[in-house]
Amino acid sequence: MPTQDEATPTLTREDVIKVAMLARLALSDTELSSLTEELSKIVGFVSQLSEINTDEVEPLAHPLDSQNVFREDRPVPSLTTADALRCAPRHDEECFLVPAVLGESGSA
Amino acid sequence: MTMTTTSATELASALQKGEITSVECTTAFLDRIGSTNPTINAFLSVDRDGALAKAEAVDTARAQGKPLGPLAGLPVAVKDVLCTTDQKTTCASRMLKTYEPPYDADVVRRLREADAIILGKTNMDEFAMGGSNENSAYGLVRNPWDTNSAPGGSSGGSAAAVAADMAPLAIGSDTGGSIRQPAGLCGITGLKPTYGRVSRRGLIAFSSSLDQIGPMARSAKECAMLLQAIAGHDPGDSTSLNTPVPDYLTGLEKPLQGLRIGRVAEHFGEGLDQEVAEHVEQTFAAYEAAGATIHEVELPHARYGVPTYYLIAPSEASSNLARYDGAHYGHRWDGTPTDDQGISTFDSPLVEMYCRSRAEGFGPEVKRRIMLGTYALSAGYYDAYYAKALRVRRLIRNDFTQAFKKVDLIGGPVSATPAFKLGEKTDDPVAMYLVDLYTVGANLAGIGGISFPCGFTKTNLPVGFQLQGPALSEPLLLQAAHQYQQTTDWHLQRTTAIPS
Repeated sequence: MPTQDEATPTLTREDVIKVAMLARLALSDTELSSLTEELSKIVGFVSQLSEINTDEVEPLAHPLDSQNVFREDRPVPSLTTADALRCAPRHDEECFLVPAVLGESGSA
Repeated sequence: MTMTTTSATELASALQKGEITSVECTTAFLDRIGSTNPTINAFLSVDRDGALAKAEAVDTARAQGKPLGPLAGLPVAVKDVLCTTDQKTTCASRMLKTYEPPYDADVVRRLREADAIILGKTNMDEFAMGGSNENSAYGLVRNPWDTNSAPGGSSGGSAAAVAADMAPLAIGSDTGGSIRQPAGLCGITGLKPTYGRVSRRGLIAFSSSLDQIGPMARSAKECAMLLQAIAGHDPGDSTSLNTPVPDYLTGLEKPLQGLRIGRVAEHFGEGLDQEVAEHVEQTFAAYEAAGATIHEVELPHARYGVPTYYLIAPSEASSNLARYDGAHYGHRWDGTPTDDQGISTFDSPLVEMYCRSRAEGFGPEVKRRIMLGTYALSAGYYDAYYAKALRVRRLIRNDFTQAFKKVDLIGGPVSATPAFKLGEKTDDPVAMYLVDLYTVGANLAGIGGISFPCGFTKTNLPVGFQLQGPALSEPLLLQAAHQYQQTTDWHLQRTTAIPS
């Protein structure tokens, strides 16, 4: 695990495979190689933020000092089932169709 | 009147007076697209039939004396990141090659209500990720001032469409400079409004705390006209601002006497092209001559803007783009096995479908950013990267807050260089990310910024000037840009570099 003062973080091919599975990307052999190199470079570049002392700084997740926006809990018209399914690669009358959720891959 | 080189404001006036019809005007731009787009590739799709049908309806309504919207009969190009029910919306991605949205973006709905004519959808970097428009799955866009150079990105298609007179008005979106930087490199005017001024409903999400839609046109006055039509609160976007929309046109003619403009010494550091620096300094001098005063201000954390942005934006993107799962809409792997030695073991057939659909549907830059964001958000790295970037984001916003206590607007370059050659930066992601140096700050702080042409290089490439202002300073940004354009004609120069 990197610490904030680690100067040059590098990613291994194993790190990239782990992140690719988290990101649900079946990267090719070539992509794994190029991304290992590129991500190491980019992570090295963004790591310059560790120069800044932010101990007393609160994170800012959003530019607006926004508050929760409430509305009446009232049903309003929304997409019809047909509209919602229209762009699905596979569907029947009422559902999206997907391969098996359980079991070995290779049978999709 | 050569309609394609006439401003939208003059076209609007000619339409109202009955000197031209919307069908004539729309046809002129469609014909210009027909002759120019094969070279420039600014449009991904052109809706000739839909545009002409709407133009005819507007002409008929006008002839009958019926009330019409403020953009009645005026052609507009819309970046293909905005959902349209009557045209495919691809986001320049293979993932959405056939996507036909079931609803209109709020901005598109407002354009229709304003009786604008939507010409088509403009090219862009895939999912708005890029600064050169070389990341489109449907081919790069060429800069109308030099067809071997990039138009900038990600709204490169919208910028090039205006610069090449294919549309008088265009809609762009700006997450880290994606309106302002291509506007600068293509010699047009582009405004990134304050975060929340324009509804993001139906804008295909890249980085939700940074994304903002804005107008692009030749002049600030036309941008004001277009912003007027698209700004406003939308219950469908809970982050859109519920504050009144001012009249953006009435204040434009006010002189700039007493305006305080900040100049940031760090903007003129290493890496800034000499010719760009000269034009920017001349622009400051022009503002002084117009009655403004120039003051040195500091943005001490500005140099951390790009690394901060390249943690926050990819993190939000990795989350936003998780929706492309091959199940609900978008590209799906057809099940063809592969013998590639990459990632090939999966927990289940469903997971394999997700992973292979996404690997096929996304291009290289989108994958790179999803990977970077997933890494920055993953267990063990979250505090060191994502949370750290959020803390620096506050420091960057605080810098602007402090600066705007001393000045009304901050001026400077929009890009360190004029348009760069196609292919020049494609092998070096970090070099490409640095093109956003002067623009990411406004997105991180949620404030407004406008870019407009302030000169040309010796090789006849446009140079852009940027003004940034506090939240909801759009009237002042537009006024300051408009006043500059009253005494200069950079924004009126037309390119002759497009081979016919």
